[in-house]
Amino acid sequence: MLNTCEHCCTRVEDLTVKLGSNVILSRVNLHVNCGEVVGVVGPNGAGKTTLLRTLMGEMPYQGRISFRVGGNPSQTPKIGYVPQKLHLEKGAPVSVADLVASAVTRRPVWAGIDGSTAGRVKEVLSLFSAEHLVKRKVGDLSGGELQRVLLAIAMTPAPDLLLLDEPASGVDAKGLALFYRIVRGLRQTHDISVVLVTHDLAGIYSYVDRMVLLNRGVIAEGRPQEVLADGKLVEVFGAALWNISCLPAIVKDKGKGGDNAD
Amino acid sequence: MLIDVWYNLLNTLPFEWAHYVFMKNALLAVLLVTPLFALMGTMVVSNRMVFFTDVLGHSALTGIAIGVLLGFQDPALPMLLLAVLLSVGVNLLKNMTRASMDTILGVLFAFIVALGIVVLSRRGGFAKYTGYLIGDILTVTPAQIGWLLAIAAAVMVYWFAAGNAMIFTSISSSLARSRKVNTFWVETSFTVLLALVVILSIRLAGILIINSLLVLPAAAARNISRNMRAYTAWAVLISLFSGISGLIVSFYWGTASGATIVLFAAACYAVSALFGAGKNR
Repeated sequence: MLNTCEHCCTRVEDLTVKLGSNVILSRVNLHVNCGEVVGVVGPNGAGKTTLLRTLMGEMPYQGRISFRVGGNPSQTPKIGYVPQKLHLEKGAPVSVADLVASAVTRRPVWAGIDGSTAGRVKEVLSLFSAEHLVKRKVGDLSGGELQRVLLAIAMTPAPDLLLLDEPASGVDAKGLALFYRIVRGLRQTHDISVVLVTHDLAGIYSYVDRMVLLNRGVIAEGRPQEVLADGKLVEVFGAALWNISCLPAIVKDKGKGGDNAD
Repeated sequence: MLIDVWYNLLNTLPFEWAHYVFMKNALLAVLLVTPLFALMGTMVVSNRMVFFTDVLGHSALTGIAIGVLLGFQDPALPMLLLAVLLSVGVNLLKNMTRASMDTILGVLFAFIVALGIVVLSRRGGFAKYTGYLIGDILTVTPAQIGWLLAIAAAVMVYWFAAGNAMIFTSISSSLARSRKVNTFWVETSFTVLLALVVILSIRLAGILIINSLLVLPAAAARNISRNMRAYTAWAVLISLFSGISGLIVSFYWGTASGATIVLFAAACYAVSALFGAGKNR
């Protein structure tokens, strides 16, 4: 069973975000429990990234966002964030070790990484099947490798809330499955709640506890099977976007209501 | 005086150039300024600020013009104030719009250069200011070296304090902010330091080529470096090498020192590009 807000939780009430006169999010309600992986899906322009940026305190908003950490209300929860992409060209001289070392020590990496920091870096990377990437340049990593390195950084130090922005973009199916398995594994080892936003409906189906269908507001919410069964899904995504080979199988499967993969 | 120790040290060298005071001052300035430019350059290149630093350099013209209009004897203060104002302004603008800064900087560039030239060319007087365009490191005074030393110290403090924060800020500002990095502060301090470094050395390096001195060593280092330490070390080495070689060669050729240094740096870039291409093949 999921914890019921014992350690950490995030509650979003009546959240509205406007950019000028443009309403990007309208009256969104969302509750993310400790130990829960919530997938927010929606088409492009649905306000998914804005939702993450608002949770991170980067956008002015109306409504209420409250966090609990260690069972107590908190204004400043530790947030781990895995961005969709980096402003880093291929070949840029930033190694994986540089980036992870920047997260574990204040000692500037341009002056070199000392032995104990290098040990910490390897230790952190090994938790995310990425220790072999330590000497590679960040700009040269494949999509899946980059996601694991960024996840390692987001988890150092361990956050209360982990936010993943479109982890599926540029990642092959095998890499994505590994990534999602690692994310689910984090629930066993940490008191953490996870929100991942994506347009990749089929990819996250078996890895999230709860799915939220977002299109400026929350259109549907519940267990993945329930959301998939909801007719609103086709309404929002449009039948043309259903060109995903495994979706028919998922939809067929929806009636069975079996447990998610763990 | 410390400077006398330096002068006496150079007197022991068996080279003709090492016996002129202007060359001794110039060499000291080169040893101080080139590593400083290399450090700043690594971040300028990583953060795609090359065009911005060019605007900063050219703002010196307008700074001088404002100084002339307001009756300043030494234009250093208006130049510095304008460059700092420009840095903070551009940084604010960058944070407010998500649009590309390219066009905005292009417009700014055209405006400040035109304004500077119009004011300074009144009654055909622009010739007086051409020295600023080319620069002359041989005229550097011990007092100017003192100022450069102070700014170098400030840059080192910043580099140690904000080195890792700069990496996060440069690759993703949202990621940086999620790690409690104050990205606005990191970026603004960097651009203000950049403005100070550029303006304090504009007399030595010249408006036309100061940007090359900033960009070339870092760009060359980027071709051959696999991590931040190598990037920083190579940029400093290439910058020092170009600076010392360019200064000494310009003495024998009778050419402008700044431009000669740039030629050496450009040659380093060419070699590094070839070497880098060979390694990646």
